[in-house]
Amino acid sequence: MSSKPIAEDKDQPASFTWTPQSEKQIAVILAKYPEGRQSSAVLPLLDLAQRQHDNWIPLAAIDAIAARLDMARIRVLEVATFYTMYNLAPVGKWFLQACTTTPCWLRGSDQMMRCIKDKLGLDNHGRTADGQFSLLEVECLGACVNAPILQVNDDFYEDMDYETTATLIDALKRGEPPVVGSMKGRQTSQSIAGPTSLESLKKSDGVPAWFAGQKAAAAGGDD
Amino acid sequence: MPKLTVDGIEVEVPAGSTVLQACEAAGAEVPRFCYHDRLSVAGNCRMCLVELEKAPKPVASCAFPAGDGMVVHTKSDLARKAQKGTMEFLLINHPLDCPICDQGGECDLQDQAMGFGSHSTRYTENKRAVTDKYMGPLIKTIMTRCIHCTRCVRFSTEIAGVSELGMLNRGENAEITTYLENALDSELSANVIDLCPVGALTSKPYAFVSRPWELKKVESIDVMDAVGCNIRVDARGQEVLRVLPRLHEDINEEWISDKTRYACDGLKRQRLDRPYVRKDGKLQPVSWPEAFATVSDRLKGLKGQQIAAIAGDTVDAESMYALKRLMTELGSPNIDCRQDGAALGQGPRGGWLFNTTIAGIEDADALLLVGTNPRWEASLVNARIRKRWLRGGFPIGVIGQSLDLTYEYEHLGAGAQTLAEVADGSHSFAKVLKTAKKPMIVIGMGALSRGDGSAVLAQAHAIAETYGMIQPATVDDDGDTRPGWNGFNVLHTAAARVAGLDMGFVPGKGGADVAGIVAGAQSGAIKVVYLLGADEIDTDPLGDAFVVYQGHHGDKGAHRADVVLPGAAYTEKDGLYVNTEGRVQMGFAAGFPPGEAREDWKILRALSEAVGKTLPFDTLVALRQALMADHDTFAAIDTIEPAAWGEFGASGAVDDAPFTSPIENFYMTDPISRASKTMAECTETFVLRRQPAATGTNG
Repeated sequence: MSSKPIAEDKDQPASFTWTPQSEKQIAVILAKYPEGRQSSAVLPLLDLAQRQHDNWIPLAAIDAIAARLDMARIRVLEVATFYTMYNLAPVGKWFLQACTTTPCWLRGSDQMMRCIKDKLGLDNHGRTADGQFSLLEVECLGACVNAPILQVNDDFYEDMDYETTATLIDALKRGEPPVVGSMKGRQTSQSIAGPTSLESLKKSDGVPAWFAGQKAAAAGGDD
Repeated sequence: MPKLTVDGIEVEVPAGSTVLQACEAAGAEVPRFCYHDRLSVAGNCRMCLVELEKAPKPVASCAFPAGDGMVVHTKSDLARKAQKGTMEFLLINHPLDCPICDQGGECDLQDQAMGFGSHSTRYTENKRAVTDKYMGPLIKTIMTRCIHCTRCVRFSTEIAGVSELGMLNRGENAEITTYLENALDSELSANVIDLCPVGALTSKPYAFVSRPWELKKVESIDVMDAVGCNIRVDARGQEVLRVLPRLHEDINEEWISDKTRYACDGLKRQRLDRPYVRKDGKLQPVSWPEAFATVSDRLKGLKGQQIAAIAGDTVDAESMYALKRLMTELGSPNIDCRQDGAALGQGPRGGWLFNTTIAGIEDADALLLVGTNPRWEASLVNARIRKRWLRGGFPIGVIGQSLDLTYEYEHLGAGAQTLAEVADGSHSFAKVLKTAKKPMIVIGMGALSRGDGSAVLAQAHAIAETYGMIQPATVDDDGDTRPGWNGFNVLHTAAARVAGLDMGFVPGKGGADVAGIVAGAQSGAIKVVYLLGADEIDTDPLGDAFVVYQGHHGDKGAHRADVVLPGAAYTEKDGLYVNTEGRVQMGFAAGFPPGEAREDWKILRALSEAVGKTLPFDTLVALRQALMADHDTFAAIDTIEPAAWGEFGASGAVDDAPFTSPIENFYMTDPISRASKTMAECTETFVLRRQPAATGTNG
């Protein structure tokens, strides 16, 4: 991890205005906090600004948020630089966030990173010249069961290795993002070889054998 | 009132105290970096870990509330080990550049590493490096040294009231910076240098100048404004290298303004170091006897009415008194210490003091500011107002300019019209004053130094009486005295002004005031004008009058002078100063005046002999005794006696023009700060806004 880059002056837009849609959402967000405590809304507003503005927050938006929430600009910037989820410099159309924390690393996140480097030439905080891809190494994404994880914009792609990463990148390049979730086809977080527990349930139409027998006995007794 | 045992000593501390405060009460020394008495608790340096019995692990004492029956150990093995471990962590990324660090010798980290650290490190990896930040012309940054205590952030946010400093990023990458590396725009900014426990924020003008142990430290009084901040003057040889704040709870707490701190380099420039006499239109260096002879020749045969004296804004009380005595001997009633023409000095003493006192602001519950910009006229008074405002329940109204004062206020209006509305109760703010129990009014020189100053003063007087700002002390049934309340305050801008008014350095019977003296000089009625450090008047209309200038800097007064008598600046003489509250304080010399310059009272004493009107004191002590015998308020050093109240001001027509603060540039208000290079840089940066582009490496 290293300091979060802030876009250079030439990339900073001169001004930032909320879209009517965002304005509606801001009203909803602000209504959640009591009078005088609007600064609590700094996180959702930063997120809103980022979504509105190509997935990164320009300094003009920091000013707009500070003015809206009656905060000092530096306080907003502190929050924006603290959380890795906020981008303060332009990112690619496909914003890759690769988890390299211990579980992902043990499960081979190095392969995933190598593939990204091979295929896109990206290092941490890098962005491809065509503006299509950018990479950020992040800490735990909270999906360790299917480690390693590669987050693309808002979606998780799981079970990454060199091959699946390559497949994913190729698909993204074509503009056809694959179905989110495991890249190895497993369902949610179950074993890669299919279900291993409660298999008996499946065989008895959803009724366990021991329960079926009991039920039959009880029915016979009634007669 | 919880009772605790600290290192076997039982102490009782006020409810709401922290364990650290309890430890201090018990006399135990607990190391700390982020904790500071006057700032909010951050609890992030972890240096103050102590052992608390029944707690599963060491606790950060600064952030842990003291509870009844706690047993604390600050020197147990566990506590020592915890402190040692914290110190080792802090030093992981701290560079070992003490030999080239300006904080060396007065560094908390250095001291505490000696006291609580281990002898060597077990850390062999590379240290992190942080790019230096630009924070303006006063603060030098070496951010690699930063230990992230956030004292500077909390100071600027809480006390200075400018939220510009912050900590960006997190963890190992955390960095202290101003927003986009702008200069820290506060008149109190340099206090972060004192607060910084390491060498991350150091003084830019003082960089690589001296080591603390080489300096002679003299405790003195500041004269840059009328607050009378307590300062420590650090000098090496005859050179004043820096000025630092000194604790005085009732005045400046432990802060000083940037001008107080950094104008001292002006003491080395533009100095008058020998007497001069104007010959053939040019000032020529002469000897003292010749200078005195020139003056006494000129005074010979003149009537008292033809002589006048004006005292400047930074002179000490003794020299003003000596000059007053000399003028009395010469029979002149034309004396004045009010260069700006402020309509003060008549009536009781309470009419020209900051009666509430600076510490008293904290007891007030409503404030009306009239014609003043306290942020620039008296930064520490402004800090106190902000401190009170932060506590809440303190409505503030402003009549005058609408400026950023670091707190919220209601802007009532610009001029005397609004003041009249408040006085007669037709303004909505009148209700606020009416309901307040301890309301106060602060009237500044912007309102009093105008032609209608006297009428404005009368209106302020009326407001004070109408809204219960004057409450005499009362004795209740039990015989206990309830202290009174005086909410009438004059905020002076000149350090010498109150002393001058207290000793009656105002026109005597039939005498001319400053405007009258200037007019008289122009018309030829006044032949000799004696300027004692008076540089703030317009000297052009002095006409053909013979001008004697006694002072320490080649400023406006000396340029016009026919005779220049070189005097001493405030760091070069012992002297009494009376601040805006009427508090008499004693300043001490940190060195001698340069060259042939002399202490001011000595010059006047010698001159009096030359003109044949020898003043009856040969020592400063004798002079002070005479002064105190004549004016007993000077005898009470550093105490506040409630001043007499009565009628003052004169009703009359008021001007509709808006009130404007007399200070256009905070950083240059007197001969010393005008000669200061640092103050010139500050003017460029903060007043003229010619800020150099921040590159991040130009620190």
